[in-house]
Amino acid sequence: MNIQTSRRGFLTGLIVAVALPRLARAEGRAGYFNELPAGDSEWAPNAFIRVAPDNTVTVLIKHIEFGQGPYTGLTTLVAEEMDADWGQMRAAAAPADAEKYANLAFGMQGTGGSTAMANSFMQMRKAGAAARAMLVAAAAQKFGVSPDQITIEKGVLRAGDQSASFGELAEAAASQTAPEDPPVKDPADFRLIGTDLPKVDTKAKTDGQAQFSLDVYRDGMLTAVVAHPPKFGATVAGFDDSAATQVAGVRKVVQIPQGVAVLADNTFAALKGRAALKVDWDDSAAETRSSEQMVQEWTAAAQATGNSTKDWEIEASGDVDQALADGDVLEATYVFPYLAHTPMEPLDGVLELREGEAEVWMGSQMQTGDAAAVSQVLGIDNVRLHTMLAGGSFGRRAQQDSHFAAELAAVAKANGPGAVKLMWTREDDIKGGYYRPLTVHNMKGAIGADGKLTAWDHGIASQPIFIGTPFEPMLQGGPDFSAFEGASELRYATPNHRLRWSQMDSPVSTLWWRSVGHSHTGFAVECFIDELLEKAGQDPIEGRLALLGDDHPREKAVLQRAAEMAQMSGDYGYGVAVVKSFDTYVAQIAEVEDRGGVPHVRRVWCAVDCGIAVNPNVIRAQMEGGIGYGLSAVLYSEITLEEGGLIRQANWDGYPIMRIPQMPAVEVAIIPSAEPPTGVGEPGTPPIGPAVANAWRRMTGTALRRLPIIPVPVA
Amino acid sequence: MTINFTVNGEDRSVDVDPDTPLLWVLRDELKMTGTKFGCGIAQCGACTVHLDGMPRRSCVTPISMVDGSDVTTIEGVSGPEAEAVQAAWTAIDVPQCGYCQSGQIMSATALLQMVTNPTDEDIDNAMAGNICRCATYVRIRQAIHDAAKTLEG
Repeated sequence: MNIQTSRRGFLTGLIVAVALPRLARAEGRAGYFNELPAGDSEWAPNAFIRVAPDNTVTVLIKHIEFGQGPYTGLTTLVAEEMDADWGQMRAAAAPADAEKYANLAFGMQGTGGSTAMANSFMQMRKAGAAARAMLVAAAAQKFGVSPDQITIEKGVLRAGDQSASFGELAEAAASQTAPEDPPVKDPADFRLIGTDLPKVDTKAKTDGQAQFSLDVYRDGMLTAVVAHPPKFGATVAGFDDSAATQVAGVRKVVQIPQGVAVLADNTFAALKGRAALKVDWDDSAAETRSSEQMVQEWTAAAQATGNSTKDWEIEASGDVDQALADGDVLEATYVFPYLAHTPMEPLDGVLELREGEAEVWMGSQMQTGDAAAVSQVLGIDNVRLHTMLAGGSFGRRAQQDSHFAAELAAVAKANGPGAVKLMWTREDDIKGGYYRPLTVHNMKGAIGADGKLTAWDHGIASQPIFIGTPFEPMLQGGPDFSAFEGASELRYATPNHRLRWSQMDSPVSTLWWRSVGHSHTGFAVECFIDELLEKAGQDPIEGRLALLGDDHPREKAVLQRAAEMAQMSGDYGYGVAVVKSFDTYVAQIAEVEDRGGVPHVRRVWCAVDCGIAVNPNVIRAQMEGGIGYGLSAVLYSEITLEEGGLIRQANWDGYPIMRIPQMPAVEVAIIPSAEPPTGVGEPGTPPIGPAVANAWRRMTGTALRRLPIIPVPVA
Repeated sequence: MTINFTVNGEDRSVDVDPDTPLLWVLRDELKMTGTKFGCGIAQCGACTVHLDGMPRRSCVTPISMVDGSDVTTIEGVSGPEAEAVQAAWTAIDVPQCGYCQSGQIMSATALLQMVTNPTDEDIDNAMAGNICRCATYVRIRQAIHDAAKTLEG
């Protein structure tokens, strides 16, 4: 057990300084446990809270922490309702247990869709309020007063001149009855919610003490890497391990359903062994089309002139064809590449197999599915899953098919009793699929000189993410909304509207990538409306505000706030975008410089409305990071299938990532709100691409309709 | 092959394949896990350590090159620059997922050991080898400036 306690950026170009707000840090620093302490002396008022005699309060966090902040945010909710001192708070990963720790938005344990705060907000406050009520009852007995005479401040209960800490009262509180539906605070009484409390995991992430899955070492543990098929849909035809088994330290080379695994005493031996392995692949069911060929096929389908697996009509109103025939039509086709997530920590995990039980350590984002996959592969009911801190995810660890847990279990099964670590290398990660789907949008629209939209006809072609996976039943036979979310329920009013989705299929595996469908629908919708407004001689902000009408006050508020923040000058291009995703509203304005024919983003002004701002500093950080993540992809990233189906990119040299010189200064404003909190992990990402593209088009006249903007030259 | 070197001032001796990268010796042999694997080809900087005082990507540094050298890792980095960097990182909550931050801190510390008051251009040059997928770059830049101010006194 390891306890972590104690408790204005400048632009490249050297010109502009924007100060980050200084954090008011009156409170002590809370911490977290790498592993939940197994203390018997602790009081457990409910599934989420442990109070120890040493006065620490540990909150069991049902959501994985990979930087988006649930360890801090959910701990804040409990501390608020208990009136605890921030310095006495600790976070720890909850065990995998769907009955106690389900995501209330999913019905099983897992994290995604920016739901962690939204689904936990009342649940964690109620848990804290229940613990508080029991402490008050215990204190009332001890002090010989009525409960309404007790006050709590910073973890100390008082009545008159008597006082006691949570730790001192824990034993007595344990014998109190837990209230079923305790009242929670009036938001006007919030003391911690809404403040920049220091994050619980910062210290351990600055001194090397934070434990990730890759950092788990068990006695006698072997390390495995797997040779995966180089083409999607290919399988092992045969292999020659004679050279691999000669590598010092290699213990076993074995075929598993996912490929050929090399198990060794250490990582380097495993990698050397895999390099020496010769595998013959059966390509008969493999994807052999190039992504360029897919772009052509997808484009034809989006234009309703090609073939698809299935065409879905998602929305229709008015008479689009007539309105287009009558109008001055703009048509645009947008092409979005496959994208890999490339979290800093590649996929990895450890499994220790013992008689009739398995213990797993991994950065699991879908604990229920991952534990079930391990159980199924091993034929063992008793699976104990530890959710580790993860080095980023951006969707990559939330797998519909729990493929990594299944592969880890397959390696462990081949290994037999004992511990084994499975590690994907960066090359495995980049070539390994589960990409943001390659997507093509075809859009036709008409707008009158009065700025009113008369027609909007939108066709999208892409692979599904749910269909064909264990998550398909969630669609109940309907279309895969991940393909068109953000294009549906169009906020810009028009009487004649149509949205179609052409379902395309390929053995290339797909997955949600930070903001999922919004990662491309946000770009297509916001670029197209901007171009239509420009064509009609309308201002991009005033034109949007007019089209949003009276039904979208929160979109309008973030748009207006961003416009107030932006300091525009005549030297650069400016572009705007506003996207609602995961019930959070974000508007961004980008300041773009033409640097030798390519855009350089200097500054971004961002306004966000995510309901009650539980921790404004975390929200600002997620906007900064979401902007950087989105901008990196829009500028540089694509996964390419060569003719024949091999993946061109292998590592970050061929799949470039934004680095510090390219990062713009970011200024964030949070709209005050009394609405329930919504997520911030994803919504910062969608607007940046269209904001930059709109700036570029208004500055240079060139519309950017194929991403990435700056592709890597083909050698 | 036996290799002798120091890690954070402590004498170490390992008997491994001489081609083994320093990264995997630190992690697999010495169980010092603060130094991270990100790419294996010196593209991301997550594995940055100080080798005889200079920042170095341990994933492409064969252990045979380390014989007789002094290695400093995130677990042992110390001195005024390191303390100022770690304090600045903490004060504005730079890390998100945190996985790249050991490398960021090692690079930032090395920068401040060489340049007392770095410009933005100095920061770009020194830190461009360290990828952060969470894009905490705005805060990294500020924290380095803050640390430099602290060191000035």
